[in-house]
Amino acid sequence: MAAKRKTPVKTRNPDLIRGVGKYSRSKMYHKRGLWAIKAKNGGVFPRHDPMPKAPAADDKPPKFYPAEDVKKPLLNKRKPKPTKLRASITPGTVLILLAGRFMGKRVVFLKQLTSGLLLVTGPFKINGVPLRRVNQSYVIATSTKVDISGVNVEKFDDKYFAKEVQKKKKKSEGEFFEAEKEDKKKLPEGKKEDQKAVDATLIKSIEGVPELKAYLAARFSLKSGMKPHELAF
Amino acid sequence: MPFKRYVEIGRVALVNYGKDYGKLVVIVDVIDQNRALVDAPDMVRGQMNFKRLTLTDITIDIPRVPKKKTLIEAMEKADVKTKWENSSWGRKLIVQKRRASLNDFDRFKLMLAKIKRAGVVRQELAKLKKENSS
Repeated sequence: MAAKRKTPVKTRNPDLIRGVGKYSRSKMYHKRGLWAIKAKNGGVFPRHDPMPKAPAADDKPPKFYPAEDVKKPLLNKRKPKPTKLRASITPGTVLILLAGRFMGKRVVFLKQLTSGLLLVTGPFKINGVPLRRVNQSYVIATSTKVDISGVNVEKFDDKYFAKEVQKKKKKSEGEFFEAEKEDKKKLPEGKKEDQKAVDATLIKSIEGVPELKAYLAARFSLKSGMKPHELAF
Repeated sequence: MPFKRYVEIGRVALVNYGKDYGKLVVIVDVIDQNRALVDAPDMVRGQMNFKRLTLTDITIDIPRVPKKKTLIEAMEKADVKTKWENSSWGRKLIVQKRRASLNDFDRFKLMLAKIKRAGVVRQELAKLKKENSS
């Protein structure tokens, strides 16, 4: 096998239309410099001897054959595309969460993570929603925007939110019948500090807008007569 | 009860159905029992069924099927726009449009303002009640 190039070769023969190149065979021979390579090698195109093949292992007949032919599944080379962010969602948009523990809360959108989920914060002091990941489908984007320029969200990614791996403890028989005493998981101090850092600048810009703080603290709910398909958010 | 608003050339009407919903148009000609030729400054002159129109009180002075320029001049002279926007019907429509376009944040601010106003009214009422009873 010839050595592979690090970058694929760009063709020197642009397409006039699909299937027809600009230059003929003889012109391409000249362009590629094959005449120079030949000249350097004494009128003959250089040939390398094939690499010595590794000794092939003995192909023994398999010990076991399945009773009927086993079908192999077809090869799947599909790569999922990155989740498209709705045009109405930009950094600083106020979102309404529609499901989960914080259903109805209005939160501030920070950025979209590589997994496609949205990074969102309450801010925590205002409505109790911490730095959290949220799916785009369970969110209504309002047209209210908060100034988010002073906030640094570079360090947050999906790994930050990964669950801590529990070390499996082997239990002896006696301990099985004891009440499962699991320590309540405490939030590490680092995460609390991160929350405070992100929220500090955010809260300042929120307090600059009148009544925005109370707005974020309140929950959204549908009242009588509100038709969601006719509301402008 | 006699009719007060007649279909006539120059009658301004409000479109209540279809692509031009909510627009003010002028009747420039009557085609037959059911249809009128209708025109507006920002619209191509076309026919419309009377059922799609609601007549207003405003009329303007135009000849039958005027040119677009004449129509616009006549509308300016009669000041249709201000008359409409000052009429109670026109004002109601403007308020409806504003309410429909309210943001979620706007609706929240509106709610706070209503509560505040109600509080002030209630205080005054309490004051008056106290004065009356004493």
